[in-house]
Amino acid sequence: MSDVVLDVQNLRVEFPTRKGTLTAVDGISLQIRRGEVLGMVGESGAGKSMTGMSILGLLEPPGRIAAGSIHLSGDRIDTLDDRAMQTIRGRRIGAIFQDPLTSLNPLFRVGDQLVETIRLHTSLDKAQARERAKDLMREVGIPAVEERIDNYPHQFSGGMRQRIVIALALCAEPELIVADEPTTALDVSIQAQITALLKRLCRERGTAVMLVTHDMGVIAETADRVAVMYAGRLAEVGTVDDVVRHPKHPYTVGLMGSIPSLRKDVEELQMIPGSMPRLNAIPPGCAFNPRCMRAGPRCHREVPRIATEQSGAACWLGTQGGVA
Amino acid sequence: MSIRPNAILEVDALERRFDVSAPWLNRLIERKPRQTLRAVDGVDFTIQRGQTLALVGESGCGKSTIAKLVTGLHPPSGGKIRFHGDRDRLQMIFQDPFASLNPRWRVARIIAEPLRTLRPDTPLDQVSARVEDLLRTVGLAPADGLKFPHEFSGGQRQRISIARALAGEPEFLVCDEPTSALDVSVQAQVLNLMKKLQKEMGLTYLFISHDLSVVRHMADVIAVMYLGRIVEIQPTADLFANPLHPYTQLLLDTIPDLEAPKRDRSPMAGEVPSPVSPPSGCSFHPRCPRAFDRCKQERPQRRPEVHNRRVACFAAETTLERIPHV
Repeated sequence: MSDVVLDVQNLRVEFPTRKGTLTAVDGISLQIRRGEVLGMVGESGAGKSMTGMSILGLLEPPGRIAAGSIHLSGDRIDTLDDRAMQTIRGRRIGAIFQDPLTSLNPLFRVGDQLVETIRLHTSLDKAQARERAKDLMREVGIPAVEERIDNYPHQFSGGMRQRIVIALALCAEPELIVADEPTTALDVSIQAQITALLKRLCRERGTAVMLVTHDMGVIAETADRVAVMYAGRLAEVGTVDDVVRHPKHPYTVGLMGSIPSLRKDVEELQMIPGSMPRLNAIPPGCAFNPRCMRAGPRCHREVPRIATEQSGAACWLGTQGGVA
Repeated sequence: MSIRPNAILEVDALERRFDVSAPWLNRLIERKPRQTLRAVDGVDFTIQRGQTLALVGESGCGKSTIAKLVTGLHPPSGGKIRFHGDRDRLQMIFQDPFASLNPRWRVARIIAEPLRTLRPDTPLDQVSARVEDLLRTVGLAPADGLKFPHEFSGGQRQRISIARALAGEPEFLVCDEPTSALDVSVQAQVLNLMKKLQKEMGLTYLFISHDLSVVRHMADVIAVMYLGRIVEIQPTADLFANPLHPYTQLLLDTIPDLEAPKRDRSPMAGEVPSPVSPPSGCSFHPRCPRAFDRCKQERPQRRPEVHNRRVACFAAETTLERIPHV
């Protein structure tokens, strides 16, 4: 399996606090291959951004990786120190965040920011780097590049800024891009442009993409595979078609039913009663058991795990022994 | 414009301009002109009692400004808002349940505030009984009244906002993106609650959202806004079955559809222009695939007399004439 770009095994992220240790990410394993878009969905606080931040080596202290491993194209990266991680970020892993205004420096022209990043990661000289910056801006669809390259971030609209951020992430042709809610701050018509752009780049360059979002619609259109997170654990993994159309985990089933449809008329939306437990109050056994209609005694005792890494649900339903 | 039977709110040629000029000294030294932003630019709509009218559109289209004009938080710069009801029985639910509740007040005090303001002579024991009732109505426990807002999740806080809005026994609720700060499973709980309350209490909603699937679920009539104007207004089922304005078609085409994801889409280019200097004529013409010369010079008619089925588009008007008016 040489085309596996990202390999995460049993990742566990902990936050020691005065009231005890909180586990934000609890035993997550996933893989992303070359040219593949993996969607990470979940409600706020489910741990999807924490997983992305651990991969980027950007966990805010006191958060730390307590167990597990992260490999990037075969090289272990979770044990590297900050300096080593800095050269990997940007060169081998690109990052795109939700708010394009905060990922760009407002005091520098976008062209200079691109040139700086390109020169940091490659051996191009200033003039060559500027040409490369223009190529990148054209590639991400910015019109009138010759004039726009000397503009400041505030002179761009939200969608155009996010394109610049994508261009920045692409500077060193990374193997992996971690995109954390890249379209959440944008309007729908712009959102479609950005997701289409991400997909095209991924296809053309063979970049692996981890797309973190709470929007199931974006996932359905963009991702190849989906990982659904709940209370720091993986609830279900599978191809987009499987998870969206034939969800297995009761949480995923409820999640799909609660999204208002564009086609069907329903008097009442399906609801999942209650809300996701806080990190300091995760129940024993399956974290979803207090909200699950089909929970049995086993769900209160044992934590279910996903059998294989490629697809499946972390649920005792349908397994040997069932929920009893 | 005469009062329509059963109309609770009539909005007529509503306008709101904001002065966005540079500070006085800059205007003097740099010779910058005064600039006005037309946030709402000639909007007409009517809401029937017991119905839900939804305003949809992208950010900056003026939908939240309309909410503030209707509730009286901003005075209009032109046009009329006629509310055929008790002004005290108009309430609002805001988008951000973290910013709209006073963090230093206990929930019971927050919910009782409209009661104390609108009916100050209510005896205390009646107030607390009413608060307990309201908490039960929105699916919380009476004991929750003693807690502070920070002890609740986003969805529960939005329930508190709804309870507060219901305290004044409203007949008309203005809901500005009430669920866009919530996760989908929680959003479903809040939307179901709002629908149930509407049925039980005969409430009228002005529902503002950017999410077309939410709006489809909630609204009887949908008005699509673009740069301060309503470009199309139709009953919900008709709007989705037969969108007339090219912008509505663009919106419906770009929202990701779970049941039929368009994985190989080629999204429409272009962005919403700045409302400070909107394009001439029909403001959508630079992005419109059907635009012709007339669209660049002339603004499509408002036609306020047709209250729930009209389109502001020269190209689509011919299509509309074939559909019988309601």
